[in-house]
Amino acid sequence: MSLHINNISKSFKDLKAVKHISLEVKENELFGLIGPDGAGKTTLFRILASLLLPDEGSANVAGFDVIKDYKKLRKNIGYMPGKFSLYQDLTVEENLNFFATIFDTNIEENYDLIKDIYIQIEPFKKRKAGDLSGGMKQKLALSCALIHKPKVLFLDEPTTGVDPVSRKEFWDMLKKLQKKDITIFVSTPYMDEAALCDRIAFINQGEILQVDTPSAIVKNFAKEVINIRTNSIYKSLQVLGKYQYTHSNYPFGESLHYMDSRDDFDPNEIKKHLEDEGIEDVEVQLITPEIEDIFMELSRE
Amino acid sequence: MKKFIGFVQKEFYHIFRDKRSLFILFGMPIAQILLFGFAISNEINNVDIAVLNKADDKNSIEIIENLQASKYFNVLEELQSEKEIEKAFQKGKIKAVVTFEKDFAKNLQRLQASKLQIITDATNPNIANTITNYINSILTKYSHISLKQNTSPELVGTESRMLFNPALESVYMFVPGVMTVILMLVSAMMTSISITREKEVGSMEILLVSPLKPITVIVGKVVPYIFLSIINATVIVLLSVFVFQMPIVGSLSWLALESILFIITSLSLGILISTLSSTQQTAMMISLMGLMLPTILLSGFIFPIESMPLPLQVISNIIPAKWFIIILKSIMLKGVGFGFFWKETLILLFMTFVFLSISIKKYKIRLA
Repeated sequence: MSLHINNISKSFKDLKAVKHISLEVKENELFGLIGPDGAGKTTLFRILASLLLPDEGSANVAGFDVIKDYKKLRKNIGYMPGKFSLYQDLTVEENLNFFATIFDTNIEENYDLIKDIYIQIEPFKKRKAGDLSGGMKQKLALSCALIHKPKVLFLDEPTTGVDPVSRKEFWDMLKKLQKKDITIFVSTPYMDEAALCDRIAFINQGEILQVDTPSAIVKNFAKEVINIRTNSIYKSLQVLGKYQYTHSNYPFGESLHYMDSRDDFDPNEIKKHLEDEGIEDVEVQLITPEIEDIFMELSRE
Repeated sequence: MKKFIGFVQKEFYHIFRDKRSLFILFGMPIAQILLFGFAISNEINNVDIAVLNKADDKNSIEIIENLQASKYFNVLEELQSEKEIEKAFQKGKIKAVVTFEKDFAKNLQRLQASKLQIITDATNPNIANTITNYINSILTKYSHISLKQNTSPELVGTESRMLFNPALESVYMFVPGVMTVILMLVSAMMTSISITREKEVGSMEILLVSPLKPITVIVGKVVPYIFLSIINATVIVLLSVFVFQMPIVGSLSWLALESILFIITSLSLGILISTLSSTQQTAMMISLMGLMLPTILLSGFIFPIESMPLPLQVISNIIPAKWFIIILKSIMLKGVGFGFFWKETLILLFMTFVFLSISIKKYKIRLA
């Protein structure tokens, strides 16, 4: 086991940020912590990176206890905070050199590890980090977090504020890194990124809702999800909100998703109900639930 | 060691790329010393005075000539009676009136003492005081030189001698003061800001997760500012010597050593401030309000500590600047050796030790 979290809790004044979380992450796994803002992701990351002390419970990262062995632990992890935290007034190259130096290494030594990433920002190596675009900043931050070849890499919302193309590139890079003997623990508020992880844990209001592979989570989901398109999503949401069999309904892109409270039902019944209420162009379709549907459902409970 | 050098290098990058702090670092000392030197001055030059000479004899006329001849006074009016004195002051041109008694020369001969009155406009007490002192020193000179054959040296008025600063040049007063304020400000404010900036920007989070030891971070932050402050101190001393002709009587090496000690004291204070504050703004406010004002007001730089109320006198003891100003004056003006300021040195060392131990104890190895 690369990461072993046992019953961790942490409060800030009245706010219970993390409640009795237990998790295990395997060696070389790409593990995703999925949850909305304020779910407790950053707090959990900081505890695992030995930056915060938990109120109770224990955690073990790469064989080191986060409380007792924090000095050894810090040599063996790479940590990329959610906020861009490199030196904006230093150039790309100076930032990388600095982090290599304070980790007792140099760029050449672990160049093969960061090569794929660094090569993309190398043309801008004389540019100040503050002048980079969001995507390039993330690549630089990742290079800096990797420069000492950590055993475990903590990435706290690495793709927040990054454009869709860079986000995809970023995940491709993570997949490659994983093969280089690095365990990656990543958090994201984007549900579509969950499918790219080996295993995911849903977190909401400081609690873990479910842990499994993305496909198993989808497969084991008991409810049926109906995708509904109409001429007015807003009105349809209001109508379905009052419908007696509605379990849940929420906007999803340009359509809305609906779950029924009955185990067995005919989707055409819902179509008919909407049309009776004066809504036009109604199309209903039974779909495979997406991660977001499952998260919405789990968060309700 | 390599880590440490890498860290110091990074700090220098920060300092040299931040044009604003660079400007504060090097512009402020020069601006301040010039300002204090030229604008804020307690010296008097060409002050208009009036005389009321009831005697009109040889000695009184000679004294008036002496006053007129000095670069400090300009005898504007000769008054005829006491009644005119108040009027003369009310016109606002003259700052002082010198009155000679009726038989000035005769009394001087016969009684070997004679009376002369100095009346000053005390709307600005400092200037009034200075004028009195200047006139006194001219009188003393006169009685020493011109009346030498006439027996007693103590013929006229009071005797006061201005030691170490005979001409009462204000530059002697403010150079030690300005140097203290600037070293304190640059060292304490700049370090505290640079440490809190790491906290604010979030890079402290990464530094904490790295294997850097707290001591490396702290010392690495401090070293660049030691260098810069030494440069500043040198600039101030050079300016005061070459622009304001301030003599440095004592040993230069002691001056350098004591300055470095004070720089380190201020830096440790800066570190302490940064452990107590989490944003650059708080750090700056604490440095400005908590350090600048007491350093200027309570260190004896502007207001003499002896004339403060007792509670303030007691408080002034905990202000490092007070002790450094004493040391500076001892070296620069009095030219005395270490024997005369070892106590002050020990106090500064002790303060540094206290500041540093609190900061290292309070330095957080984790967030929050």
